[in-house]
Amino acid sequence: MYMVHPHHDGNELIGQILLTLPFVLALFLYVYAVILTQRRYQKQWPIYRIVFWFTGIICTAVSVIGPLAQLAVVDFRAHMVTHLLLGMLAPLLLVLATPMTLILRTLPVSKARMVTRILKSRPLRILSNPLVAALLNVGGLWLLYTTDLYMLMHQNLAVHILVHMHVFLIGYLFTISIIYIDLTPHRTSFIFRSVVLLMALAGHAILSKYIYANPPAGIIKSQAEIGGMLMYYGGDAIEILLIVILCYQWFKSTKPREGLLQKQIISQ
Amino acid sequence: MVKDNQKFTNQHRFNYERRNVWTGVLFGLGVVAFIDETVFHQLLHWHHFYDKSTTDIGLVSDGLFHAFSWFATIGSSFMLADLHRRHAFWFKKWLGGIFIGGGAFQLYDGTIQHKVMNLHQIRYGVDILPYDAIWNVLALAMIIVGFILLRGSKGEERDTEKRGLNVHGPSAS
Repeated sequence: MYMVHPHHDGNELIGQILLTLPFVLALFLYVYAVILTQRRYQKQWPIYRIVFWFTGIICTAVSVIGPLAQLAVVDFRAHMVTHLLLGMLAPLLLVLATPMTLILRTLPVSKARMVTRILKSRPLRILSNPLVAALLNVGGLWLLYTTDLYMLMHQNLAVHILVHMHVFLIGYLFTISIIYIDLTPHRTSFIFRSVVLLMALAGHAILSKYIYANPPAGIIKSQAEIGGMLMYYGGDAIEILLIVILCYQWFKSTKPREGLLQKQIISQ
Repeated sequence: MVKDNQKFTNQHRFNYERRNVWTGVLFGLGVVAFIDETVFHQLLHWHHFYDKSTTDIGLVSDGLFHAFSWFATIGSSFMLADLHRRHAFWFKKWLGGIFIGGGAFQLYDGTIQHKVMNLHQIRYGVDILPYDAIWNVLALAMIIVGFILLRGSKGEERDTEKRGLNVHGPSAS
């Protein structure tokens, strides 16, 4: 039987609006920064980056407000779609829009220095370590789906907001810890990132099948099965993008120097 | 002229012999896992996503190999491109690697994952023995073919040495 009780309508709406506000704000700030940068440098900020930002924000918005978000409260399959959008696809799209690079280009030098100092700080170094980010990411998911947290999330507004922000923020943190598209002060080796990504993907796949076999409290079996499969295969689709980007970055970095290759050919 | 060029383009392969094999092994593993997923899970519906007798260790093994196979397919494709870029591609080593990697994964899947960990069976509602036999014999055959190909490519190496070409590249000269 279904035991999850959605919050009262008023409360639910407040939660949705509170969750949407930061993303709407981010959208406007990005556009404002693009306008400022273009005015200062007389140079076009890449259109595709703006498109990435807009689609990323749309992905977050449909998972926290509107029909899909409402359905997600009572339907585990819809919930899983929002989880994929909010925790995986949106972070990737937003990272591809390189917001940190944009911020540093837009801010006056003194303020930009301050931001770099914060980015280089020890807490951020620890958090953006791939292993820490992966543990927070996959560990958080295991906690959500194997304990009563999932049920609590639908009963308590504060928990609802916290869980959703956590899913998004940690997804973002994990993405920047694996692929270096935006500004990245703390770098680790390709091998290390590959191993961590591999473990995180495995953890995600294992949890999907675990959900399929052991529905979280309050979820009916048929929905848990479809939700688990959505997580397994939907996760794959987005993970493939991450792997391709990571491998492409390796490919570019290991490019043999032209001169060396020429010399090798001549010497033989 | 074209022939000359071809010999010319792959002349760094002796420095990258092992990498050619590994690139093949990873690609073979990925391809077999991909065939397993598309043909047996999605098209034939013989394999099941989850089987009630699946053990916990079976789930862990499945998750690890699932993630690894995607990574191996994509990663080894970039490694292949890198070998070409370095004029170091060696077809026989690469192909041998593919057979070994593919066969090894299929054998692991057919023995450990299907039989020991009970992840799922090849097919349900039939006498499973012939399926298991064909599956694993095929896997062994692939591994053997792979090793034969690798041995065969040793000949190429000797020929080149006999002709007095620089086998070890400029680093040793």
